[in-house]
Amino acid sequence: MAVIELSHLEKSFGEIEVLKDISLSVDKGEVISVIGASGSGKSTMLRCINLLEKPSGGKICFHGKDIMDKGLNLSEYRAKVGMVFQQFNLFENMTALQNCVVGQIKVLRRRKEEAEEVARENLARVGMLQYINAKPRQLSGGQKQRVAIARTLSMNPEVILFDEPTSALDPEMVGEVLAVMRTLAESGYTMIVVTHEMGFAKDVSNRVIFMDKGVVVEDDTPSVIFQNPKVQRTKEFLARYFAS
Amino acid sequence: MSLSFLEKVLFLIERYYPLFLSGMATTMLIAITGTVAGFVIGLVVAVIRTIPVSEHDSKFKKIALAIVKFICVAYIEVFRGTPMMIQAAVFYYGIFMGVNIDLTLAAFVIVSINTGAYMAEIIRGGIISIDKGQTEGAYSIGMNHRQTMTSVVLPQAIRNIMPSVGNEFVVNIKDTSVLNVIGVAELYFQSRSAAGTYAMAFQSFTIAAVIYFFLTFIVTRILRLIERRMDGPKSYVIYGSQTNPDAEIRIKKGGARNGRY
Ligand SMILES: Nc1ncnc2c1ncn2[C@@H]1O[C@H](COP(=O)(O)OP(=O)(O)OP(=O)(O)O)[C@@H](O)[C@H]1O
Ligand SMILES: [Mg+2]
Repeated sequence: MAVIELSHLEKSFGEIEVLKDISLSVDKGEVISVIGASGSGKSTMLRCINLLEKPSGGKICFHGKDIMDKGLNLSEYRAKVGMVFQQFNLFENMTALQNCVVGQIKVLRRRKEEAEEVARENLARVGMLQYINAKPRQLSGGQKQRVAIARTLSMNPEVILFDEPTSALDPEMVGEVLAVMRTLAESGYTMIVVTHEMGFAKDVSNRVIFMDKGVVVEDDTPSVIFQNPKVQRTKEFLARYFAS
Repeated sequence: MSLSFLEKVLFLIERYYPLFLSGMATTMLIAITGTVAGFVIGLVVAVIRTIPVSEHDSKFKKIALAIVKFICVAYIEVFRGTPMMIQAAVFYYGIFMGVNIDLTLAAFVIVSINTGAYMAEIIRGGIISIDKGQTEGAYSIGMNHRQTMTSVVLPQAIRNIMPSVGNEFVVNIKDTSVLNVIGVAELYFQSRSAAGTYAMAFQSFTIAAVIYFFLTFIVTRILRLIERRMDGPKSYVIYGSQTNPDAEIRIKKGGARNGRY
């Protein structure tokens, strides 16, 4: 069974229809890159999956259960489906360690010692163990994003959503974050990654989705999408992308 | 009898220092308790006013919330929109009429409620100034609104509004003087008594002015210290280094690693 399944997902903001009839099935261990022009609805789709936005129509299922059901425990669900943001969204009043601990204590009800142990493991995993006592404002962009990834990992998620995790970074810091994401992909996490990093989409993901104007235009393996896309609009987007 | 200004001042102090001291004590007591209670009231009102209405909520919750929010807004508008002197008079001669309430207690109630109205808006300003991203970050790991407020938003909001809270405190020290309208024996009231007997108004109120300034000055210094405590250390400790994994490296303000503080 699919881990996450979107069927006929729709989202409008007032009159503007941002997502129109999106259907998508994500299996365990899949690493999916989502590409597409600005404004095509990529962030909105991720935010719907995490329920930061409420879908206007259609269904989202997690292990076959509708996440909009009244009975759903929203906190539990969000802990299982983590999200990494373009702007990091770290807690500015906490150290790197506390950022990774607070959710475990409040949401997963872990004991402090256990939570700190888990946080340390994950900070080590993203190469930030040295900085456990640093506050976000004392870190560089790449370091912040790595802490944000560790914060998400500390909740033991099954799925991680990434919304352009490297777009706010200086070029020299993009590599360190992509390297971390690559190790996560290799260790079997299910990932949906909205990205403009075509190298990552090509080499790391096993599926690429091209979105345009609120619909999924093409959904295929990286080699098909990048070498011989079947849909004209995909061709045009990639041609424009690689020309610039 | 022709005494110099200074001689008259000394004369007043010598003769009436218990009056000035008790006025000072009453003023500080009302200002401190009123500011603290006002802060608590403001915190509650501001937190209520910033509760998000989500589409998931039941109809009952939505309506209840709308009513409570309306009451909060009405409270703020009424108590910011009328002078504290009038509020004191209305409360004391109207609402507390016939109830044998202690004057200082009445003063405390009035100052708290009045301050609460201002604090509510100051704190709400602090809350909405914390960028929405941190709230989403908290939601994304499953934290609920209450947890997000108490762990993430309020600690930062309160730190940021400390200068405004200080303002309110200072205003309260000075504005307790309007409570003489109901006969509270605060500093202004006592200075007026001292001035009356020997017709030394100028001297007596000069003493009062110096005391007011002294009080507000001390309070502002203390608040600055508290702010600095809240900011925490400017440096952090790095654990381990490439060459010596057990070394502790202290990064000082403006350190070489990154100068962003
Ligand atoms: N809260 C909102 N209210 C109104 N319109 C919104 C809102 N959020 C997004 N939109 C609109 O939805 C459309 C899709 O936005 P979205 O952020 O999902 O695009 P995107 O594909 O992520 O673009 P980018 O690559 O620039 O991040 C845009 O036209 C945007 O203006
Ligand atoms: Mg986006």
